[in-house]
Amino acid sequence: MSEHVDIDKQVRVYFLVFGALMVGTLVTVLAAELDVSVPVALTIGLFIATAKASLVACFFMHLIDEKKIIYWTLALTVAFFIALMALPLLTSVADQVGEFAEVEAHEPH
Amino acid sequence: MEIPYTVEAHPETGLNNGKIGIWLFLTSEVMLFGALFATFIMLRLGSDGNWAAMQAEAELNIPLATLNTAVLIASSLTMVMAWASLMRGQLGRFKLFGWLTVACGGVFLVIKYFEYTAKFEHHHYPESSTFLAIYFAMTGLHALHVIGGMAWNAYFTGPGSKLFHTNRQWLTDRVEHSGLFWHFVDLVWIFLFPVFYLL
Repeated sequence: MSEHVDIDKQVRVYFLVFGALMVGTLVTVLAAELDVSVPVALTIGLFIATAKASLVACFFMHLIDEKKIIYWTLALTVAFFIALMALPLLTSVADQVGEFAEVEAHEPH
Repeated sequence: MEIPYTVEAHPETGLNNGKIGIWLFLTSEVMLFGALFATFIMLRLGSDGNWAAMQAEAELNIPLATLNTAVLIASSLTMVMAWASLMRGQLGRFKLFGWLTVACGGVFLVIKYFEYTAKFEHHHYPESSTFLAIYFAMTGLHALHVIGGMAWNAYFTGPGSKLFHTNRQWLTDRVEHSGLFWHFVDLVWIFLFPVFYLL
């Protein structure tokens, strides 16, 4: 956070973000009631959660006005986090490919 | 011996020790919860379509979890207001918002207690299903973080606030750092809520 900040302006932003987060929570609950497939529901739910998390990080955690070293540290963390999330997904894809190959091998030609 | 760069920025990083320290700690926390989210994905993908049934059987209380989400979001607002009060030099308002933040954490834990006891009354334990195992692991770890954050905030709002009279900027920075942890705890719940209760 930079040293020279307009606190009154900041406080107004905090209340706006608080309102947006509350609305976002309501939208998340309502969106879960939609009659859509699981992948679509997951996409909608995680999109709203990511938007809410971004608001918290940018404004409450002051990331919108932070030093470069913090951005670089977080960029590295995000890269490792994505790799961590990709591991189970890749495992699932590999399993499915393996099952497909097994079915192909047992099918009569 | 006086520790350097507690308040003034280090010339190399442009940040004081506390700020760089708390961000490095939070990056390790991202990986801790990241590992559990990766485990969650693996368990869900490997559940052979039984996930929805296990989730329904667990009978999670969506209204209570929604209320808890609102409580944590409100606590994030009181946390930044506590910091803003210190920036304005208002010790009384800082203490008010600081204790409100601690109280919100307490309300969150009480609601969580009711949720957990309702599960146990129905004989829903971590060993009951894969879903409940990862549910208790992740929400339990999150609850421990809430307790940690409450203790941290209670210290700075209570005995630690004496620093206001000797080094106000140091206290303001320390409260900002404890706030970063508190907001991270809120941020984790923002993902836990839809992942376990809604999707």
